[in-house]
Amino acid sequence: MTSLELARWQFGITTLYHFIFVPVTIGMAIFVAYCQTRWYRTGSEHWLRATRFWGKLMLISFALGVVTGLVQEFQFGMNWSDYSRFVGDIFGAPLAMEGLAAFFVESTFLGLWIFGWGRLSKRVHLACAWAVAGSTALSAYFILAANSWMQHPVGYEMEDGRPKLTSIADVLFNNTAIYAFVHTILAALLTAGMLVIAVSAWHLRRGTEGAGVFGGSLRVALPIVTVTALLQFVVGHFDGILMTEQQPMKMAAADAVFETTEGAGLSLFAIGDLESNPEGLNRNIEVPNLLSWVTTGYPRGEIEGVNDINREYREAYGPGEYAPIIAVTYWTWRAMLGSAALMFLLGAYGWWRVHRGRLEQSRRFLKWSVPAVALPFIASLTGWTFTEMGRQPWVVFGLLKTDDAGSPSVSAAEVWITLVGFTLLYGALAAIAGRVFLKLARKGAEEEGKAEEPGQELALAY
Amino acid sequence: MKDYTTLQAVWFVLISVLWLGYFVLEGFDFGVGMLIRAVGRDPAERRAVLHSIGPVWDGNEVWLIVAGGATFAAFPEWYATLFSGFYLALFLILVALIVRGVVFEFWGKGGSEAWQARWEWALIGGSLLPALLWGVGWANIVGGVPIDADAEYTGTLFTLLEPYALLGGLATLTLFLAHGAIFLSLRTTGAVEERSRAIATRAAPLAAVVVIGFLVWTLARQDGLESASAVCAAGATALVIAAAALAGRRPVHAFGATCGAIVLFFCTLFTDLFPHAMVSSTNEAFSLTLNEASSSNYTLTVMTVVAVLLVPVVLLYQGWTYWVFRHRISAEGFGAVRSPIDLLPGSGEASDGGRSAGT
Repeated sequence: MTSLELARWQFGITTLYHFIFVPVTIGMAIFVAYCQTRWYRTGSEHWLRATRFWGKLMLISFALGVVTGLVQEFQFGMNWSDYSRFVGDIFGAPLAMEGLAAFFVESTFLGLWIFGWGRLSKRVHLACAWAVAGSTALSAYFILAANSWMQHPVGYEMEDGRPKLTSIADVLFNNTAIYAFVHTILAALLTAGMLVIAVSAWHLRRGTEGAGVFGGSLRVALPIVTVTALLQFVVGHFDGILMTEQQPMKMAAADAVFETTEGAGLSLFAIGDLESNPEGLNRNIEVPNLLSWVTTGYPRGEIEGVNDINREYREAYGPGEYAPIIAVTYWTWRAMLGSAALMFLLGAYGWWRVHRGRLEQSRRFLKWSVPAVALPFIASLTGWTFTEMGRQPWVVFGLLKTDDAGSPSVSAAEVWITLVGFTLLYGALAAIAGRVFLKLARKGAEEEGKAEEPGQELALAY
Repeated sequence: MKDYTTLQAVWFVLISVLWLGYFVLEGFDFGVGMLIRAVGRDPAERRAVLHSIGPVWDGNEVWLIVAGGATFAAFPEWYATLFSGFYLALFLILVALIVRGVVFEFWGKGGSEAWQARWEWALIGGSLLPALLWGVGWANIVGGVPIDADAEYTGTLFTLLEPYALLGGLATLTLFLAHGAIFLSLRTTGAVEERSRAIATRAAPLAAVVVIGFLVWTLARQDGLESASAVCAAGATALVIAAAALAGRRPVHAFGATCGAIVLFFCTLFTDLFPHAMVSSTNEAFSLTLNEASSSNYTLTVMTVVAVLLVPVVLLYQGWTYWVFRHRISAEGFGAVRSPIDLLPGSGEASDGGRSAGT
């Protein structure tokens, strides 16, 4: 493999791995701050225990998110130096702002929150929890603004063959970024909700409850999951319309529409030749007119096909293949939507059981809630794979191809070393973190303190 | 073409400040990490050592992230050439920082002494390697590395390991070790404090010798003495000597001296580098000036506004954290801890880990 192909694998592996922890951290930080607020308001011991129990689980994710985030910032320069030179005038700014405005707040107030139990007043300590939650979300905003610029470049003009920033406001308030942010924050809440449901259900089913922590947490998490999953479909719908306008190839590839069609059906299951772009399908099961209806608002609306867009782009950008790997976009898109639908069903069913006052008797629900924790991760990871692979062959849409973005001075052997090194290290960390997470999650919230004032920071830290 | 504009000079200074903040703050984190098993002989003592930097290490590391991000934003060509050029060295630093970063989270969550010992060694290695490699890296940036006409690095990892750079690595390693030992002697009590002081009295003179040797070599390499660089080097020399003299008796003053020595040590290098971003040893004409490496005037202006608004705020709340956690940490406070319940008020022998719980 060439150093560029290896660098792409490395970016894929390290970025997806990083994004296992990002939604957990953002979502759990909000959930923990919420629990602590309930404790602050009511003085109820259940919410104190809940704060500390979920806080401990959050910290594991936080630690892994922080250390793997370092690699993210470094690898643009390490593996993608031509990309960095090309986009530097624009792309570096949101990254630096993320550090200055969000990471400093996040790291400092996390330290204060972990070690500040009993040392800070309850009010200030609670404010620290919200500062952490707010800054993790803010950091997501900046990084999504940077990524959205790659999907839909705005606020620049070309000078000497490179984009030059003309409006930072256009970059920060890019409509692509706003949609991506809402979508990501909802995903984070959904992930946290599913995680809380899984751990709580595990304890409720075993009857290790007793402190009232898990029943209470579950009753909060079920509506969160139901509502955020539903909202994802609403936001996703509008995001899809925006994407059809900004990156029509990606949407055509997502639905494997090859020829421009009026009244296009929504494909449920399709197979084509085993090629990156098969230029047509062999089998296709579809719901007639549905795709046109959801994308354009009209059942007979026109959907541009992959082959036609390819022709247009060849005229505009020169010869070449402008479609992504169709099978990847088609299936990741469906995996993401399918997971979201399942999460909605699970959340709504559980919420209904709670409403009927029969949650604890729902053995089957409690049992299936545990493996269902995989769903938000499947959705996030396939969602990002879709977004990034769907933009190919471009790294910056319409401006720079991925093939021209690598580091000329880095050899394939060097990328092999770092690729293997990071993969092994990340694998080992996943195994260790998974073990520690399960150990803490199973231990339950019994030990989280019986007094109102927890008084010591160590319980949470080491 | 002029080598730099005013705004570019401002950003060179700002990025230098970010690196200085990083080295002063994470410098003692590295030292503390290296010394965990030397000054802590049992789990309670080692817990106290971890606790001395627990609340602040992550915030300290953000200085590095911001220095990297600011370099990308203000001088993309510098970021691209440096990061792709020093590829494997940065990979080693990243691995080390990742491993040491998770130590704080995992150390106390395994239950066995073997588990803790493994993480302590991870912390030692993960602190030692970057402490060495940052010095090697910066000596190379200033001393020059093979860079071609396209601003691409043409050497390998081993090109970076030449004698001048290795001495630079030893200088930062010993300096951070002494800095961390003095920090520990300030922040702990009892046996840990005594051992830290004993190590500080030996590490500080060693650091002084290596640092002075490296600074002299740096000045000797310059074509004609650069006066700003020489002044910084003289100041750094005075301060490392002061730190060596004070380490055993006046830890507060000694700590101030190592902070200042780290600042002036790197200022010697930054003033030597200016107005370049990278120095080419292949051909002087291939060296990257700040002007060639820079973003547009508009981007620099935007970033200046952001920095002016945010940096003072960051300094305020980071300073406040150090104030909140100013108390000394004693191992006795941790000795009786078996489970979190022991830590609750009124549960008997376990007390707060600090001498004076503030606020």
